[in-house]
Amino acid sequence: MKRFAELLELLALTPSRNRKIAALSTYFSDVPDPDRGYALAILTGALSFKNVKPAMLREVVLEEVDPNLFAMSYDYVGDLGETIALIWPHQETAEDLPSLTKLIDLFNTTPKADLPRLIAALLTRPSTNERWALVKLATGALRIGVSARLAKTALADYGGKELQDIEEVWHGLTPPYGELFAWLDGKTGRPEINHTARFHPLMLSNPIDEDKDLAKLAPSEFAAEWKWDGIRVQLILGSGRASLFSRTGDDIAAAFPDIVDNVSGEAVLDGELLVGHDLMPATFNDLQQRLNRKIANQKHLTDFPAFIRVYDMLFDGQNDIRSLPWLERRRHLAGWLQANPQSRLDLSTVIPFKDWDELARIRRQGADEHGHEGVMLKLMSSPYVPGRPKGLWFKWKRDPNVLDAILMYAQRGHGKRSSYYSDYTFGVWKGNEIVPIGKAYFGFTDEELRRLDKWVRAHTVQAFGPVREVEKQLVFEVAFDSAQESKRHKSGVALRFPRINRIRWDKPAAEAATLADVELLIDAT
Amino acid sequence: MAVPFLERNLRITPIDTFIDPPQPRARAIITHGHADHARSGHDAVLATPDTVAIMKTRYGENCARSFQALEFGQPLQIDGVTVTLYPAGHILGSAQVLLEYKGQRIVVTGDYKRLHDRTAQPFELVQCDLLVTEATFGLPVFQHPDPKAETSRLLRSLSQEPERSHVVGCYALGKAQRMISLIRECGYHDPIYLHGAMVRLCDLYEQHGVPLGELRQATGTAKGELAGKIIIAPPSALKDRWSRRLADPVLAMASGWMSVKQRARQSLVELPLVISDHCDWNELRQTIAECGAETIWVTHGREDALVYYCQGQGLIAEPLNIQAYEDGPEDAGGDETGDAAEGRAA
Repeated sequence: MKRFAELLELLALTPSRNRKIAALSTYFSDVPDPDRGYALAILTGALSFKNVKPAMLREVVLEEVDPNLFAMSYDYVGDLGETIALIWPHQETAEDLPSLTKLIDLFNTTPKADLPRLIAALLTRPSTNERWALVKLATGALRIGVSARLAKTALADYGGKELQDIEEVWHGLTPPYGELFAWLDGKTGRPEINHTARFHPLMLSNPIDEDKDLAKLAPSEFAAEWKWDGIRVQLILGSGRASLFSRTGDDIAAAFPDIVDNVSGEAVLDGELLVGHDLMPATFNDLQQRLNRKIANQKHLTDFPAFIRVYDMLFDGQNDIRSLPWLERRRHLAGWLQANPQSRLDLSTVIPFKDWDELARIRRQGADEHGHEGVMLKLMSSPYVPGRPKGLWFKWKRDPNVLDAILMYAQRGHGKRSSYYSDYTFGVWKGNEIVPIGKAYFGFTDEELRRLDKWVRAHTVQAFGPVREVEKQLVFEVAFDSAQESKRHKSGVALRFPRINRIRWDKPAAEAATLADVELLIDAT
Repeated sequence: MAVPFLERNLRITPIDTFIDPPQPRARAIITHGHADHARSGHDAVLATPDTVAIMKTRYGENCARSFQALEFGQPLQIDGVTVTLYPAGHILGSAQVLLEYKGQRIVVTGDYKRLHDRTAQPFELVQCDLLVTEATFGLPVFQHPDPKAETSRLLRSLSQEPERSHVVGCYALGKAQRMISLIRECGYHDPIYLHGAMVRLCDLYEQHGVPLGELRQATGTAKGELAGKIIIAPPSALKDRWSRRLADPVLAMASGWMSVKQRARQSLVELPLVISDHCDWNELRQTIAECGAETIWVTHGREDALVYYCQGQGLIAEPLNIQAYEDGPEDAGGDETGDAAEGRAA
């Protein structure tokens, strides 16, 4: 465990990506199975414990620490796991923590009632760093700036493989990844994975630069589709229950039984998951009711039925058609849908257009009248290339809306921004009063954040725990993709994807927008 | 307790004298040489001989109209008030101020720590009725580790990455000299390289009997020579162009704030060394329990938590909310008193 704690600390503190990869690679070669496999599982978020949860750890600590002092400390540190590790008041045990494998076994097999005592005993040792790693392991909230992708890149580096090779097998493997390491160590061949159960990395698009790109692209070589405002998914159909993966390869089938129990045939499909009755997409707000839930409840299934608007096909039956041009794949897809009628799938339409000017008009009209996010452009001759290849798929988003809003509340951020007042609630005028319409926590530079933080501290009117109410003086130019009616906000309006476009240090608050201005921007949908 | 003869802005009422005043005053007692305690422009300054020397070095011979040096443990009568300075263990010459008047004893700690430090006179506990304590690390998350263990982490990194320069961000006064002394204590005797801002104060420490081993100027030294060496620099230099002259540097920082990893990440510190010249939570509690005071005034730091704690112990406690004045954003005047969140490099 000591070695793993050192690795975690190094990963958390080393800014250089290459050095992180090198450290991981060294770890994989130094540490034997199954410890290294469990470490990999922790870093990629593939491990969780049924009975060891942040709330339980908090309770263990509150047995030993005054709750008010704990709250003040948490507010200061900004990271629950780190607060627990730092505040634990006992250090008597001198012996090392058990190995990673042993710890995971303890977490999984200790009866629930005995877990608090186990955690307390494990925390009772002098090294803050080991306590920190232990809490990170137990809660799974690493926040150390290592993505699953970085871990896989390190695996590729360690085994002398391409990242693509790792991605191809990754979703068919489970911790502690013995066969993966055996392959990377050159002891065995590549692990055999059943393709129908495994995630295939997605093809992603690049944003288009209207000034530079359009002039270079021939309109006749591209197909256009609406950019649907849902979540990207991969649906895998074959024998047995269908599999449904998010764009990052997370298995989300359990949250969408209405889809996976109502589809049939054999194929691997790419599309957008949406909610709505009769295959009519509702707002992203509605979709959000279904997201971030591990299991769907009946009311949500009835109120917000899910479906997939499919736009690409990777496998037709057992046939891998990814190397075929888009136009061919599209033909396969349409044919397959005709042969396998579906109630929860429909085909994304292709928008006919002659030139970029015409498409620009259609795009604007779609945004204004139907709230479409923009259009997708796909090179018709292009194969299905996983990753984000250049020049094949483009997203052409509509221009964002902007409005001037007034900063009302600021809250301390977490992770990299702990202790900075970095989450901002802003509002607009409603008569003589200011009503909140949204919250944003990005769109500014680190330098601006420091200045904002200072401003917030100097202009606080009242503090409510971690939230500060500030003098209503500072104007933000807020950009957002769309505005929708909302019952949750006092103003009756919710902004989609709001971010701070500019900080208007110069602008008086009296000149900020009014609620009536915002209501004009509410989508027609 | 009777009404204290010390006011909440640290003015000693019977003798119209302030302790560590942020504005120029006619008479000031200065606990130690850090800029948030020692300012230039007072008329008469009373401090330990080391602090007087530090003030003159930092601000010039004429930074106060007159200086009176008072040795530790020597009581001084001023119009019925007895002033005695006791070591605070914070930096060279740092003092706690004991004030006695009509049977009432008040101690103003200034900044202090109780851990071993070869570069500062060791802290002495003083009994009193009213304790005015700092609270820089006044939250239970601050439990400082053994400074020698932290220092050996630096030396281990140096042996693991022998081709990289190791720059340790330290405040020029106090922390830099303590860091160097700790490195020597851990058995490292190669030359240590100094950023220009460190040189005068290291010289001063050596003149006052604190040996620091062989020190060289980093400025003007060839890049190749600095590979695998330890360089001591002010925190502001870590992110500055200055550090570009170094060979693929490991950025280390010696500060009590470094215990919070998220803070270390924010300041892009790769090797955080939790070495502090302030009391941690446990030392603060120990001092409060041992000094015998029934009233505790808390200042400089996280007052709320310590006040809450003291009240829970049945003591009378209140925060002083002394407005520490702000220096530039980069360097809080040579101390780690500043909160990293306030944009300082602490």
